[in-house]
Amino acid sequence: MHLQVSGHATFAYTGGKEFNPAQPTVVMIHGVLCDHSVWALQSRYLAHHGWNVLAIDLPGHCKSAGAPPASVQEAAAFIHALLDAQGVQRAALVGHSFGSLIALQTAADLGNRISHLVMVGTAYPMKVSPALLDASLNQPEKALHMTNVFSRATLAPPSGAGSWVFGASLALGRRVLASNKSSNLFHTGFNACNNYDQGLQAMAAITCPVLMILGENDQMTTPKNAHSLVQQARDTAKQLQVVMIPNGHHQMSESPNETLAALKAFLV
Amino acid sequence: MTGYADPHFDTLTLHAGSQPDPATGARAVPIHLTTSYVFESSDQAAALFNLESAGHVYSRISNPTTAVFEQRIAALEGGIGAIATASGQAALHLSVATLMGAGSHIVASSALYGGSHNLLHYTLRRFGIETTFVKPGEMDAWRAAIQPNTKLLFGETVGNPGLDVLDIPTVSALAHDHGVPLLVDATLSTPYLQQPLSLGADLVYHSATKFLSGHGTVIGGVVVDGGSFDWEASGRFPELSEPYAGFHNMVFTEESTVGAFLLRARREGLRDFGACLSPHSAWLILQGMETLPLRMERHLANTEKVVAFLAAHPMVSRVGHPLMPDHHSHALAQKLLRGGARGAGSVFSFDIQGSRTQGRAFIEALNIFSHLANVGDSKSLVIHPASTTHFRMSDEALAQAGIGAGTIRLSVGLEDPDDLIDDLKRALKAAEKAGAASGGTSTHAATASAGSAA
Repeated sequence: MHLQVSGHATFAYTGGKEFNPAQPTVVMIHGVLCDHSVWALQSRYLAHHGWNVLAIDLPGHCKSAGAPPASVQEAAAFIHALLDAQGVQRAALVGHSFGSLIALQTAADLGNRISHLVMVGTAYPMKVSPALLDASLNQPEKALHMTNVFSRATLAPPSGAGSWVFGASLALGRRVLASNKSSNLFHTGFNACNNYDQGLQAMAAITCPVLMILGENDQMTTPKNAHSLVQQARDTAKQLQVVMIPNGHHQMSESPNETLAALKAFLV
Repeated sequence: MTGYADPHFDTLTLHAGSQPDPATGARAVPIHLTTSYVFESSDQAAALFNLESAGHVYSRISNPTTAVFEQRIAALEGGIGAIATASGQAALHLSVATLMGAGSHIVASSALYGGSHNLLHYTLRRFGIETTFVKPGEMDAWRAAIQPNTKLLFGETVGNPGLDVLDIPTVSALAHDHGVPLLVDATLSTPYLQQPLSLGADLVYHSATKFLSGHGTVIGGVVVDGGSFDWEASGRFPELSEPYAGFHNMVFTEESTVGAFLLRARREGLRDFGACLSPHSAWLILQGMETLPLRMERHLANTEKVVAFLAAHPMVSRVGHPLMPDHHSHALAQKLLRGGARGAGSVFSFDIQGSRTQGRAFIEALNIFSHLANVGDSKSLVIHPASTTHFRMSDEALAQAGIGAGTIRLSVGLEDPDDLIDDLKRALKAAEKAGAASGGTSTHAATASAGSAA
């Protein structure tokens, strides 16, 4: 469905169900050069099991208008505005990669208004190598291939039917990049990740339980690089669960059922 | 698998889509000969039916062995996924039936396999889908043929049997200017010789019966989606961009930004038309694909020698391979195929000087080349298209497809090339003798004729 957020048409995939104000709501936030469709299986399950799903396209991405967020904080403000626009008083947040930082910052900003925080494929600081950052600006196709190789852990993801997730990631990245003629979404997103420096403060500030879903073979956001967030959550007595999945950075497509199982156990 | 660069083609032919079986440790791809899969719970069953969970329900829709084949060909083509079908014809039908219904229109190359021509020209017309055929090299004709109800442009990467090389970059750009996708039949080129998606095509299909399986043992097909065509922006495909009552009111373009075509093709096409591939057949095709690069190189090397032999033989009036500098697709082949014109493959035609009787004598004298209706086998094959594969076509349509009454089509296999040339030499001699007996063309007569023409 489309809704107006801060004056801009915003697309949210609802998993095939109408929004029901009587149900709890989960907002699903994609990463750099992705869109709502990365959550296809998980969002559809939650929508058919008692949740309102708002799997958004971030501003300036694919079906959503507006300027793409230049920082994690700006994106968090957008999520805040989204909840207000839809009249959602309390929501769970699920974010992947860049989206996980947005979810974290939103949870810190909104306190008790957030019921659960799920960070998939996360790290802090989420530094992007200078070579990749430069390629995203000047050679996006090369950067797409680099990102894809770093993100994928297997040539044989158990996808059920015959999806080739290597190719699907490349095609989606190209589509998202092409969806915005005035901004380089690749570089803007990477820059936002690279510059975000409020992660530890945000983790200290949140009030809801946290789930981290990490890929054992993730070369984009290695589990090692999630350690500072894990430690901060423990040091500040958060209710924390960490689930390791034997895959790469795209947990939702490389291990869709394991990712869903972790979400179900945490949310449902 | 983690690494620092994209996995290369030869690695993908062996590994894409498969890993040692986690249950048994089996290194080869297991053949899952099962119709159905036990549900873990009622909740899981419902989730699988409603596309909330990954997995298999019923082998008409998906199967673990078939899924390996689908992932592997998608990887080799640079696509996002694939759907295996009972045959190449089924792949073409699935593609068309997913994108359109009665009242729709296709623009197709006239240089097509006879079976494809039948489907488009006769059978689909009965279901209200019209096709306009155009010569593959005439870009103005492609453009002029597009109508408001056109849903698809379609051609063969290398047309059968005249080897018209499709100018995919130009035809796809033209298609996209009109919001229409380009589907290509890449059976003869295989992803080893050309990856049409990277040149601008949107959908690719194969008769896997041919070079992919490579051993003449199995009938199968597959369609691969490049994930690049924006079905919603086109405005011509409500089948994909509006709620589909036949599957939970799903809007396929919302469900999957890049995979809408495959979603509908599997959830409707395989479900309702049912032309699925047997897992045993998928396994046979996978066995063939493991050696695709090695086999294709040998096919090409043998073909180069056979073409050179035929081109120099006085009983041969024409060799229709882009390796010949005067072939109409020589320049395009040089540009668009792996290794240049040799990449046009190992299926080609040539004309014997003389009568139909001499043509028949030629085919019947061959010992190593098998006279049958197939191409892309490891064994060398021969056929007379006008009386077999293309026999339903009118003389005019035959001429448009570059086929004459005396045209012979070869599919050069993997035998020793010297033995193949000996076989052809012997058969050409038989044709010459048949000509002498009936007062037709002989080497002597051909030479004299050439001399007088000069």
